Amino acid sequence: MNIHTIATHLNKLADDTETGFNFDCTPIDGEIDVLQVEIIGREEIPIFVSISDNQILCIAYLWGEDEIKSELKANMMEAMLEMNIPMPLSAFAKVEDKYVVFGALSINSSLEDIELELVTLSDNSLEVISEMDSYLN
Amino acid sequence: MSIFKKIITAVRGGATEAGEAIVDANSTRIFEQEIRDSEKHVTIAKRDLTEVMAKQMQAARELAQLQASIKEHEGYAMQALNQGNEALAIEVAEKISELETTAAEQQQANESFLKSADRLKELIKKSERQLTEYKRQLTMVKTTESVQKATSAITDNFTASNSKLLNAKDSLERIKKKQAMFDDKLKAAEQLESETPEQTLKNKLQEAGIGEQKNSAQSVLDRLKNK
Repeated sequence: MNIHTIATHLNKLADDTETGFNFDCTPIDGEIDVLQVEIIGREEIPIFVSISDNQILCIAYLWGEDEIKSELKANMMEAMLEMNIPMPLSAFAKVEDKYVVFGALSINSSLEDIELELVTLSDNSLEVISEMDSYLN
Repeated sequence: MSIFKKIITAVRGGATEAGEAIVDANSTRIFEQEIRDSEKHVTIAKRDLTEVMAKQMQAARELAQLQASIKEHEGYAMQALNQGNEALAIEVAEKISELETTAAEQQQANESFLKSADRLKELIKKSERQLTEYKRQLTMVKTTESVQKATSAITDNFTASNSKLLNAKDSLERIKKKQAMFDDKLKAAEQLESETPEQTLKNKLQEAGIGEQKNSAQSVLDRLKNK
């Protein structure tokens, strides 16, 4: 599995989509190949896919440290921990100063599994921002 | 220090500057070397174990043969004694004694092989556990590195394209607006669909009181009064 296989699959899905969404994929050059996946209509929150030796990582950036109401940060983190298990397929994490939701898949996952993961991650990120609204500036 | 702690310390310590690796490349090489060494140990130990187990089986077989032989000679000695042939009985007894000495040696060898096999099995288990642990740690190091590199590629991409990640609330707002617009368009299309020329004419006729009229509360009341 590599990011180009995923990109080709997602870009040509059109009406054959299993999830009802259309995708626009752009590979990003770097030491590690990264695929930027935009779900049409949700371009503001792209998902980044990278592949390592044993897993496929899908990450959506939620908000930065600077967007949190500082006096509510502890409450926000507690809410995130409580939400972590109920949230399907995804988990919270922090990358540098950004809070993210991510999903990790086996390198042997099917393209349909990856598509489902991406859509679920996107749904989750919208839901999370909406739910955590009161902690953010 | 465990690799997990190292990663946490490095991240907290701000070792996230561009180009600065959270876990130095040397650590990765060390883990890879340790994995190779452990794998070599496991292979050698498994080969040794096969050899020891084969020797133990051989010793057990020989011991069984010796014990059978002892029993056989004991029978001979009894027969010689029954015949009153003491001299022959002594000769057989000497043979039995010899056999018993060899059997004792063989018994010792057998036990020693069994112990070696157990030790080797334990060693293999331990090495395999160690190997799994090294592999898990290597995965952590590699994942941390790859996420770091991926993040820097993503950040570079945003900088290069002069765009930036939007504020979370703004992003959600824009997505919601787009969704609302999409829903409105869908509704408008449905409405347009229902406003066919035939439908419009029917509506006009109804308004003019021509053709089939809808039942109103007043008409029902009028009908009841007339009864």
